[in-house]
Amino acid sequence: MDFALSEEARLMAGAVAGLLADSCTTAQLRALLARGDSFDRDRWGRLVAMGLPGALVPEAAGGLGLPPADFAPLAEACGAALLPEPLVEMAGITLPLLAEAGERVLLARALAGEATVALVHPRAPFALHAARAAAVVLVEPSRIRLAPTGALRITPRESLDPFRPIAEVAAAEGAETLAEGTAAAALSARAADRGALWSAAQMLGMGQRCIDLAAAFVQGRHQFGRPVGSFQAVKHHLASAQVRVELARPVLAAASAQSPGAGPATAARIAHAKLACGTAAEAAACAAIQVHGAMGYSWEVDLHFHLKRILALSAAWGTPAELRATVATRIFAAPPGPETLFPEEDARG
Amino acid sequence: MDLRYTPAQRAFRAEVRAWMAAHVPAAPLPSFDASRAGFEAHRAWERTLHEGRWSMVTWPEAYGGRGLDLIRWLIFEEEYWAAGAPLRVNQNGIFLLGPTLMEFGTAEQKARFLPPMARGEEIWAQAWSEPQAGSDLAAVRARAVRDGNGYRLSGHKIWSSRAAWADWAFGLFRTDLASERHHGLSLILFPLDAPGVTRRPIRQIDGETGFAELLLEDVAVPASNRIGAEGEGWRICMATAGFERGLMLRSPARFQTAARRLVELCARTPHAPAATREAVVQAAMDAEAYALAIYATASRLAAGGRIGAEASLTKIFWSEMDVALHRTALDLLGPCLELREGEGAAWLDGFLFSLAGPIYAGTNEIQRNIVAERMLGLPRG
Repeated sequence: MDFALSEEARLMAGAVAGLLADSCTTAQLRALLARGDSFDRDRWGRLVAMGLPGALVPEAAGGLGLPPADFAPLAEACGAALLPEPLVEMAGITLPLLAEAGERVLLARALAGEATVALVHPRAPFALHAARAAAVVLVEPSRIRLAPTGALRITPRESLDPFRPIAEVAAAEGAETLAEGTAAAALSARAADRGALWSAAQMLGMGQRCIDLAAAFVQGRHQFGRPVGSFQAVKHHLASAQVRVELARPVLAAASAQSPGAGPATAARIAHAKLACGTAAEAAACAAIQVHGAMGYSWEVDLHFHLKRILALSAAWGTPAELRATVATRIFAAPPGPETLFPEEDARG
Repeated sequence: MDLRYTPAQRAFRAEVRAWMAAHVPAAPLPSFDASRAGFEAHRAWERTLHEGRWSMVTWPEAYGGRGLDLIRWLIFEEEYWAAGAPLRVNQNGIFLLGPTLMEFGTAEQKARFLPPMARGEEIWAQAWSEPQAGSDLAAVRARAVRDGNGYRLSGHKIWSSRAAWADWAFGLFRTDLASERHHGLSLILFPLDAPGVTRRPIRQIDGETGFAELLLEDVAVPASNRIGAEGEGWRICMATAGFERGLMLRSPARFQTAARRLVELCARTPHAPAATREAVVQAAMDAEAYALAIYATASRLAAGGRIGAEASLTKIFWSEMDVALHRTALDLLGPCLELREGEGAAWLDGFLFSLAGPIYAGTNEIQRNIVAERMLGLPRG
């Protein structure tokens, strides 16, 4: 019974946080936006050089083979930094799916940084960064297909989050079938668990970042001759947000220690993590906007970027209503207690 | 990260479960706050626990414990609550003063006070608050005046849980009479049957006398009853408050058990409204989140970490969760809510008691200040 991350995982998380602090600053993001772009090739190259797209791909298939629990802090850091490039989606969901489906050609190109791959799933119907992707994985109710982007009709849609370009992808003729039937269902369920899990991690990272931004702001902003952060009403907004973020953290940790797709208890724990992280992050973003006063309503302060991505991720990979239904099924079948706290579906981290 | 119990931890759970099945009283004991008889019945249960060496499993064997780690403590608590075992009448002693003595007491003090505490022979009350020193605890005025090789205690303590029938109390006194605020305070133990101590039970929201006020007039105690150095009282009490807000007093098993009962109540409530069902699911999730948070903390402490301001953070969470959980149960009872009998009465009592949670051990307003100032670095107001 040990919640501690391995030394390796801590080092990796520190290295990624350092890379992002250096190459994914607000100024860099806003410059990217000013160019009408949402993908920085240099930054992506550095992430690829660290082997990060293959974080969860088994070593035998050319990846780093990290345990899922070790990927959570990386996804959290990417969320906190508002990373525009689809690292979390590719490394966390799409490439593990390709690896599990036995696909190796595109996987190798993606791991080498020669191609990006997008994905659509019943729980995430919009493809991210599809226009620049080499191919799109189409997860459908009865089969999983892989189609080169050139063979697809891709319709860009206007995105709430300017760093999250989304598109609708029309069904393709002549796409390669990766899996069908029960095999496809199993791969789809794993992808759904991973999608929810890593969305949760990114939201948690953003929630904490919003609180940190607000805590810094209210120390510097003076009214009535004192920092506004010295007023209890302001303190309590941020303290309440911190309570929710802090109590979501161990749920995410426990969820990331389960094997994605292992079964209903795992799905319920992951759903709980996404609900807890999502509601905590949204509350944190809104509290942060409130204590910024009118500045919080401006484009100039970064909080809106966080809020928008939190909203997008809270709806993708399971809406709150779907997640609640998943949790409710488990709670009424197996009420809280020692037997249910650590599901036995495979708790190896 | 490995969130599985070891075979040894599983065996420990089975051992606790078997012992509880054989020893937990079949019928609930009468409340320890409603009558002397109820209080003494709980004292007898503490003795039974001690005979099984279950009274404080984390304490060293020399003081009546088993020297177990915090993960086993959490397992013990889960089995204790699942078995429906009685509330711990000596919780002020075993969960608050005990750890304080372990950290700040002398060898003599540990040997004198810990074993009878573990045996339930000496039941403890806390004597910190005063009429003018509640949230502003540093305003305490009760005095301990040096008298030869001892002190004479005078003052007015209030909201002292279990003090109506407890044997001893640990109090915060001003030993430096010229001092102000948190300077010049000392933590001193005194017997509640000493000459000069007057106890006045206070009837609380549920009608029981769960706490009392204590009037002290020249109560003589030896200097060896002082824990830590003179003037160290504030620092020591803040450490005790950390134990209180943190994982000792409100172990997660309490809420997991309450959440399980709530889910069961909902499952057999015909036509429970969808909104109430959602609240039940939220309560169950929150109980699990709190349990996971405490397991994570225990695992961090085992690796040499310390509890800081996050004890304030978890205190806010469990106390507010407890109110919501019990309020949801009342919703499920419907018009039977007002029946002071049967299962409904237990939920009603639980709801009333839950309202104390955001107040005691430092109000949640104070806890939010602590979180904002110590975790987020905001300036003091």
